Amino acid sequence: MVTSIIILSLIGLISATLLYFISRKFHVEEDMRIDEIESVLPGANCGGCGYAGCRNFAEQCVKATSLDNLLCPVGGNAVMKKIAPILGMEAVEQAPRIAVVRCNGTCENRPHTSHYEGAHSCAVIAALYSGESNCNYGCLGEGDCAAACDFGGITMDPVTRLPRINPDICIACGSCVKACPRNIIELRKKQEPRIYVACNNRDKGIIARKACTVACIGCGKCAKNCPSGAITLTDNLAYIDSNLCTSCRTCVEGCPTHAIQVAEADENENSSINEKESATC
Amino acid sequence: MELTVSPAPHIHGRLSASQCMYSVVIALLPAFAVSLYFFGVGALIVTLTSILSCIVVEYLIQKFLFKTKPTIGDGSAILTGLLLGLNLPSNLPVWIVIIGAIVAIGITKMAFGGLGNNLFNPALAGRVFLLISFPTYMTQWPVPGTSWWSYTDAETGATLLSKLKEEGSQWIEQVNIPDLWIGNQGGSLGEVGAIALLIGFAFLLYRRIISWHIPVSILATVFLFSFALGLGEELSTPQTTNAWQHAFDFALIQLLSGGLLLGAIYMATDYVTSPMTSRGMIVYGISIGILTVVIRQWGGYPEGVSFAILIMNAFTPLINNYIKPKRFGRA
Amino acid sequence: MLKTFRIGGIHPNEHKLTANCPVTPLAIPRQVSITLNQHIGAPANCIVKKGDTVKVGTLIAEACGFVSANIHSPVSGTIAKVDKAANAFGQYTTTIVIDTEGDEWEESIDRSPELKEEITLTPREIVQKIAQAGIVGLGGATFPTHVKLTPPKEFKPTALIVNATECEPYLTDDHALMLESPDQILIGCRILMRAIGVEQTYIGIENNKPDAIALLQGKAEKYPGITIVPLRTRYPQGGEKQLIDAILHKQVAHGALPVSTGAIVQNVGTVFAVYEAVQKNKPLVERIVTVTGDHIARPGNYRVRLGMSMRELIDMAGGMPNDCAKVILGGPMMGKAVSNLDSPISKGCSGILLLDESHAHRGTVAPCIRCGKCIMACPMGLEPFLLAKLSENHLYERAEQELITACLECGCCAYSCPSNRPILDYIRVGKNAVNRIIRSRKQS
Repeated sequence: MVTSIIILSLIGLISATLLYFISRKFHVEEDMRIDEIESVLPGANCGGCGYAGCRNFAEQCVKATSLDNLLCPVGGNAVMKKIAPILGMEAVEQAPRIAVVRCNGTCENRPHTSHYEGAHSCAVIAALYSGESNCNYGCLGEGDCAAACDFGGITMDPVTRLPRINPDICIACGSCVKACPRNIIELRKKQEPRIYVACNNRDKGIIARKACTVACIGCGKCAKNCPSGAITLTDNLAYIDSNLCTSCRTCVEGCPTHAIQVAEADENENSSINEKESATC
Repeated sequence: MELTVSPAPHIHGRLSASQCMYSVVIALLPAFAVSLYFFGVGALIVTLTSILSCIVVEYLIQKFLFKTKPTIGDGSAILTGLLLGLNLPSNLPVWIVIIGAIVAIGITKMAFGGLGNNLFNPALAGRVFLLISFPTYMTQWPVPGTSWWSYTDAETGATLLSKLKEEGSQWIEQVNIPDLWIGNQGGSLGEVGAIALLIGFAFLLYRRIISWHIPVSILATVFLFSFALGLGEELSTPQTTNAWQHAFDFALIQLLSGGLLLGAIYMATDYVTSPMTSRGMIVYGISIGILTVVIRQWGGYPEGVSFAILIMNAFTPLINNYIKPKRFGRA
Repeated sequence: MLKTFRIGGIHPNEHKLTANCPVTPLAIPRQVSITLNQHIGAPANCIVKKGDTVKVGTLIAEACGFVSANIHSPVSGTIAKVDKAANAFGQYTTTIVIDTEGDEWEESIDRSPELKEEITLTPREIVQKIAQAGIVGLGGATFPTHVKLTPPKEFKPTALIVNATECEPYLTDDHALMLESPDQILIGCRILMRAIGVEQTYIGIENNKPDAIALLQGKAEKYPGITIVPLRTRYPQGGEKQLIDAILHKQVAHGALPVSTGAIVQNVGTVFAVYEAVQKNKPLVERIVTVTGDHIARPGNYRVRLGMSMRELIDMAGGMPNDCAKVILGGPMMGKAVSNLDSPISKGCSGILLLDESHAHRGTVAPCIRCGKCIMACPMGLEPFLLAKLSENHLYERAEQELITACLECGCCAYSCPSNRPILDYIRVGKNAVNRIIRSRKQS
């Protein structure tokens, strides 16, 4: 009885001393503010901020001299406002952004010329060939973006086979942008309504138009007519700068191929197309 | 016309997963025939109950719990059912067989995510569950060839292995070895006929469903280990004139009785729960062999194949992780 | 026991439907299209413009850098346009279109059928001539041959290995070439031996071509240093590393160049092209293409001018069968499925395979049952199922540790998977991603 008490106490004592010294030896001095910031962050670990997870982002915040280039897309301005006082810095109000799909190549608009059979991955098709249509730049329809979205904000429309972004969920983390092998998805300013060129085709107009009826053919009409100079034309493709766009819709009405899309508030993207009867691909 | 485009390769070998499963079912038919001959209608009832209940359990789970299209046609449930049935005594009541099927398919396979995801061999886990839960039912072995029409009322007797466990090995010279080859011995209904099981093995090797590595390494390990044990025992306390002959008989009985052949050829080689590289397979096989003999010799149960395989099933992910195939250029 | 490689491999049904078809020359197409990236490396530079007249063998695009290849006009006529056009896979690339007029060849080309055995050039001149002729690996890899003949200084080649295995099912263009021009091939070997300074050549031929083995063995006695090595039929024996292993019993270490074993491997078609370039001054303007398939009317081995459209070639072989659902450029294991038939035959096109509806589709994908058949089949000793899973989940670091970059993309894994899983589809994507990561790591 007595021996067992002594032995147990001894073991406890030795372990405690060992633990004490080991924790002293391996102690790492860490800025307390990192933990504080981390507790404010949403903890989604999505990587949307450009760093490897929330803790890494917190470390970057502590290291940074200003918060200008740091934004947690999940928490948005609200979280950044909470982080700022911890570091004694000023949070810069940043316009919220949202992902838009720059392709409107539904089965109707963009006829299929071949039938793909293989792993359900856009990356596989992109490495293999032009895809099921003749468009070398358009959506491949296997949903790599939807799979990459940690928040379930992207669904593949079964009729159009294009991704549909849920504006209520999308926090512009950018996972889908990285996942898309064709670089179709872009993060744009979350303004209402959002006006953008729903095409990514950089081929000459004649080739682009042959592949898809709603392709941007690079005619430049929109760029010429834009009253605010928001539209530029590079490689046969028009681009609307969301910072300059005043949503006047001059370009939308003037576009000969209807490549310019308007996403209204409370309206899902591409919804006008979904209503139509669509041919099976 | 729209051409089909897909990444290479554009041709595929003949073998499909369900063909693999059905080939194993076919390979087990001779053993099943032997069991019908020696255990009569009981063997038929137990096996059919087991197969049917496995199929039903899988169907119900896939349909109502997973809400996916049932894939009972792929043959894996049939194979599990057949293997479970062959691992049971032929006088087992139907309700116990059904419990075994529920454990095998429901818990061991479907709870882990279905085909391809289970850690343990479903049929073996089912059998071991029954062995531990219903030890009296599971260790009363019908005497072979007594009456074709008896089921739960069959006359029972001890198996060679339980006799070895209780009485030692001095009587083994009286065992009629040819009986073991054809299957005239007590035991689970599918494990008795050594020749029938080996015919199935040859078929599987010919069809390239399984490779030789696992069965051969298990059988060789058990034989050599038992031989060494028998020889050691004989040399330390001589009971017979010819120690070598005694050791050989002892090892042969270890090989041909109990579930060793059935386990080594049909259960340990289960794709999902066995290692994937040939070197891993040999490590796995040797370990099963050693564990089997250790359990048989020094453990509480007379038979250890099921336990040995299940224990090594748990080590399979580890073996897959550490034993890599021979890489090209790193010979 | 015949030689073969030591790890993995499969033996698919051979389907050599055109094994007994002699090489048939086809009529000159009325129009040809030449793409500028028919080889591995930098695309060639177009040096002609619309309206220029060219003869057969006129240089129309110049190699752009060391790893690149010249391109010559395969017909005589006028340049119709130089513009972007869709290739076989629907991708737009710069293409030179030439309208054919007559068949006038460059004067320097010796078109006589006489065999020219005497080799007068120095090794350096030989390599230069090969580079000028725009010769690339004709087995399908299309790596510029002159680059392969100038290995890094630290390696001293000791043997030439000629790949005449033709391990892909269906294809017979190399077989037909060996039966047609055995002497030219053997002289080509002597030229290459001189170019790289070796005394020994091994020609590896699989034993499903006994006639070619016998013919070359008989002829080879005249040419010192050339040995014919019959090999057990097994796919992918034509892989460079597998062939070196089969013949020399040496395995190229992971990440090392094949020449580190002392062997330089050339395809038999390339060797023939080398003969023509060096002895006859003839650049690479035509090649043998096997057109095959279970239902095509006239399958065969056709000598075609490069740049002929695929559709035209298929029409000459009897036209598209009604039930044709898939057209493959190359063999069924490593060839690429085509989406645009109006694209031209290029230097690396060894065959056109037409698969009917019943053979064109993949089976239903089932869960992986961890049977290990992909591991048994992998000729590089990898674990394809694991690599596919890692790629699918973007775990590229682990994939790199598991040697994903060693993958040959031979397709043995997907071929033998009983669950029809798209193993190689994912590995290919993962391999590209890992290679990108390695490259960016080297740069930084």
